[in-house]
Amino acid sequence: MIQISHVTKKFGQNISLDNVSCEFKKNESIALMGANGAGKTTLIRSILGYYHPDAGEVLINGLNPVKNRVDVLSHISFVPQLPPPIKLSIDELIQYVCVSADVDKELVKHYANEMKLDINANLSKSFFKLSGGMKQKLLIAISLAKKSDIIIYDEPTANLDPKARDDFYRLLKQNEQEKVLLFVTHRLEEVKDLVNRQIYMDMGKIVSDERF
Amino acid sequence: MKNLYLIAYLDLKESIRAKWFLVYSLVFGGLIALFFIAGVTESQVMGFSGLSRLLLMYIQITIVILPIFILITTVRSISGDRDSHILEYMLSFPISLKQYYWGKIIGRFITVYLPVVFAMIIAVIYGAFKGAAIPWDIFFLYTGLLFAMSATFLGIAFFISSFVKSSEVALGIAFFIWIFLLAFIDIALISLMMQERFSEGLIITIALLNPMEIFRVAAISLFDPQLTVMGPVAYYILDSVSQTMFVLLAIGYPLVLGMGFAYLGYKIFEKKDLV
Repeated sequence: MIQISHVTKKFGQNISLDNVSCEFKKNESIALMGANGAGKTTLIRSILGYYHPDAGEVLINGLNPVKNRVDVLSHISFVPQLPPPIKLSIDELIQYVCVSADVDKELVKHYANEMKLDINANLSKSFFKLSGGMKQKLLIAISLAKKSDIIIYDEPTANLDPKARDDFYRLLKQNEQEKVLLFVTHRLEEVKDLVNRQIYMDMGKIVSDERF
Repeated sequence: MKNLYLIAYLDLKESIRAKWFLVYSLVFGGLIALFFIAGVTESQVMGFSGLSRLLLMYIQITIVILPIFILITTVRSISGDRDSHILEYMLSFPISLKQYYWGKIIGRFITVYLPVVFAMIIAVIYGAFKGAAIPWDIFFLYTGLLFAMSATFLGIAFFISSFVKSSEVALGIAFFIWIFLLAFIDIALISLMMQERFSEGLIITIALLNPMEIFRVAAISLFDPQLTVMGPVAYYILDSVSQTMFVLLAIGYPLVLGMGFAYLGYKIFEKKDLV
């Protein structure tokens, strides 16, 4: 599904990804780990087609995410580490998601309910005025409702309380079949039950890649 | 197309709720209200009177403050979203960069253009209610000029926004452009003329390249082209180009300029790293 071949990405003199190659296949749940500045976020952003690699190639289902971003992104769900301060109301954000990615609004509400987030009571509220946990729950609900083949979570549980984390893991368990799940995390123990592969990055390189 | 309209619609809704939009609308609406309260329509200065005078005063002030309003509020449109990681999330959905960028421009154009035109419409309605004659030729000229001016500075703002990584730098560049263009309206051009270092042709070319000078001259061109309030460069321009030709140029050139900058901005947005 995701093929990364000899990708190098530099920012000025700083090499963020150094000739990285790896492949993520269906039914793989990967914990992507490493210290700050190891290149995890750059790798994810390259998969999402945000960065133009200096060398090498990223292919998602055989397509280049920069040149075929619409096709590629219709297969990817992404939740960032920190929910951005989007000024749209929740209703408008859901409208954006539903129209652009052909997502069923009721499904977003369903997953939000499963995450114990009452959307209907907050529809007219600005997204950025929600609490950190509520924002994260909504973004998780959207990511699941999108029914993507590839789900990328960058520290998804950072703002969640223990109960919400349990809800999140339960929902992921129900939705992990036939997908690639990619978690950027610093705490392996949190996703240990979900992942079957662990990649460790350092200085822009993959230094260990274990399957279990 | 649905995504283009979606982006435009959501940007419009977001902008209308923003505090800057409230201030922006109040400034232009307030200007008109102030003119009526100050009795501008009843005064007669240098040949202008009634609504014509009011509209002329409005456009002259607008020419100076509208560009900086548009630049400041728009220049952070993409760079601000990039700064705050909004772009990273919003572009993770299957929307083409073309739809995102042009959708933002359409939404923002409606936001910046409507308040300045509405203020003029309110002036005309109120003026008619008070029994003043409505100068339709001036009204339509100014509607066109404001359209072209909004397009120009919106294009420039999106161009800056597309390549600048931080919104503070974007603001700085926007402010510099405004000051630079403002300096090259008659005030600076007069000093160039007085020094007699450059030929008239060069000075007029500089003036014609500056959209702010073009708007200024076009705004006043429907009145007597001999008027001293125009300034020497404006006088020279209207002396060498026919009035109709100049009005067409004053709307067409800035529109092309704005579209050109917007297109360049899009190309940069498309080619560069997105976040």
